[in-house]
Amino acid sequence: MAADRVVRLANGQGFWGDSVDAPVRLIEEGPLDYLTLDYLAEVTMSIMQKLRRRDPSKGYATDFIDLIRRTLPTLREKRVKVVANAGGVNPEACRAVLLEVAREQNATGLKIGSVTGDDLMDRLDELVAAGAPLANLDDGRPFSEIRDRVLSANVYVGSFPVADALRRGADIVVTGRSTDPGLVLSPLIAEFGWGATDWNLLAAGTVAGHIVECGAQCTGGNFSRWWEVEGWDRLGYPVLEASPDGTFVVTKHDSTGGMVTPDTVGEQLVYEMGDPSGYITPDCVVDFTTIRLAEDGKDRVRVHGIEGRKATDSYKVSISYLEGYKAAGQLTISGPDAMAKAKVCADALWGRLAFAGVTFEDTVTEFVGANTCHGDIIDVPDNLAEVVLRVGVKDSDRAKVDRFGKEIAPLVTSGPPGVTGFAGGRPKATEVLGYWPALLDKRHVTTTVDVEEVG
Amino acid sequence: MKKLPLYAIAHARSGDKGDGSNVGVLAYDDAGYEILREWLTPARVKQHFGGIVRGDVERFEMPNLKALNFLLHDSLGGSGSASLKTDAQGKTHAMALLRMEVEVPDDYEPPQIGTSGATAPGGEL
Repeated sequence: MAADRVVRLANGQGFWGDSVDAPVRLIEEGPLDYLTLDYLAEVTMSIMQKLRRRDPSKGYATDFIDLIRRTLPTLREKRVKVVANAGGVNPEACRAVLLEVAREQNATGLKIGSVTGDDLMDRLDELVAAGAPLANLDDGRPFSEIRDRVLSANVYVGSFPVADALRRGADIVVTGRSTDPGLVLSPLIAEFGWGATDWNLLAAGTVAGHIVECGAQCTGGNFSRWWEVEGWDRLGYPVLEASPDGTFVVTKHDSTGGMVTPDTVGEQLVYEMGDPSGYITPDCVVDFTTIRLAEDGKDRVRVHGIEGRKATDSYKVSISYLEGYKAAGQLTISGPDAMAKAKVCADALWGRLAFAGVTFEDTVTEFVGANTCHGDIIDVPDNLAEVVLRVGVKDSDRAKVDRFGKEIAPLVTSGPPGVTGFAGGRPKATEVLGYWPALLDKRHVTTTVDVEEVG
Repeated sequence: MKKLPLYAIAHARSGDKGDGSNVGVLAYDDAGYEILREWLTPARVKQHFGGIVRGDVERFEMPNLKALNFLLHDSLGGSGSASLKTDAQGKTHAMALLRMEVEVPDDYEPPQIGTSGATAPGGEL
């Protein structure tokens, strides 16, 4: 393997609901070896469990099927491989549908892989019986508190199973709940032959994945000095040029907007960061205080110096459970005296509900436009042109939450003048998902890798 | 000593983390980083956020990035998915912190930053 060999990877999906065109453009607009796509969040996992309960052939990200249908000829022509956690709670079903799509397009020889074993939903009683406590990682509460309300339970598996599928020739690999940085680390393990105890290299690949995992957030999106960013309408998604020694360059395709500088990359490095000296993944523990950034030409940042340590003995488990119901609605109140009238509306609404004997476990009253986000940090001007009153409730009793939804519209005719903007009907109660992180000894989890070729 | 807004010295990003949010603050130069290490204590950050942060504030140093990372515990009104607030994930907490006034030595001049030298069209920054 040549020392200067570079593998190009891009992330075209930072979260479920991200741009549908970004991955297509990444495939079409520049040289690329791997495309990674992140489709999962806690809320997504619980929705997918619900879909699979209704229909055992569902429970994966259907957006991904549409993307492959649209781009498969180009992926084949440009020899771009794809790694996605689009499998949700049913990676095998996702792979089966992808195989169908490939056969429809006569993609003979295409290999599609899946990794399973992360889904613990049907194993919870077995694990508890085997002595796994699954206590809440943040506050130590016992798992029995939520056992009968669990909606999804997945373990964040490591990057070696996906790397295994790639080594076996897979062109597309779908997983369930792999870590976001692992989508990038896996191809690097497969390409460069990194081993399970190459802690510094595994840490480097993890940092590379962390930088691109939120898509455009390292290429100008969400950047503090937003006025310097040009080309918002064609903002580029990130491309990595990775080397076997664990160094890499963050860049983007030339034809795209946005910017890649040590400042834009630095902001993403600290995003969702806890203790920077101990960033724990299933593959290693990364020390973010070792990372070095250097400008390497226009829209190019070289990242090097990364150190990591031995992985822990546990996997992190992500459990979601039904915590209750919520609803929120809003009204727009014009001036003069917008703020005073909005307060009358709010008091009337809560007063009418209390008079009807309806109270809630939690409520929120916000005056959007008059400092909903920053509280008392800045002064609010005396005379606002208009303000949006936003009210919401949370309760374990769904009927009470629905009752709340009926109390907003009446304010248009039974409140002060100049109240409008009640559109979209009564807000309906939606499920509130509780998030329950836990640890699980690695010996409890076995992953399975399947690779199938289109005949 | 004189006072400067934090955004003259540093940039920042925030998001949800565990039971609250995190704000990473990155200084533009070494002198700015030293000022931040001295001035931007967990106690001052908690005071700045007032009622938004109901729990403790933890601080971590990242000298390699001239950065400080703050964990703002119990700052979302419930965990991310369970919060009723508009900013349920603390996405705006970085901008809130950049509004803070920082005491700096009289002879400290903030660095010229940015690619264009331009300032924000909104006129606040």
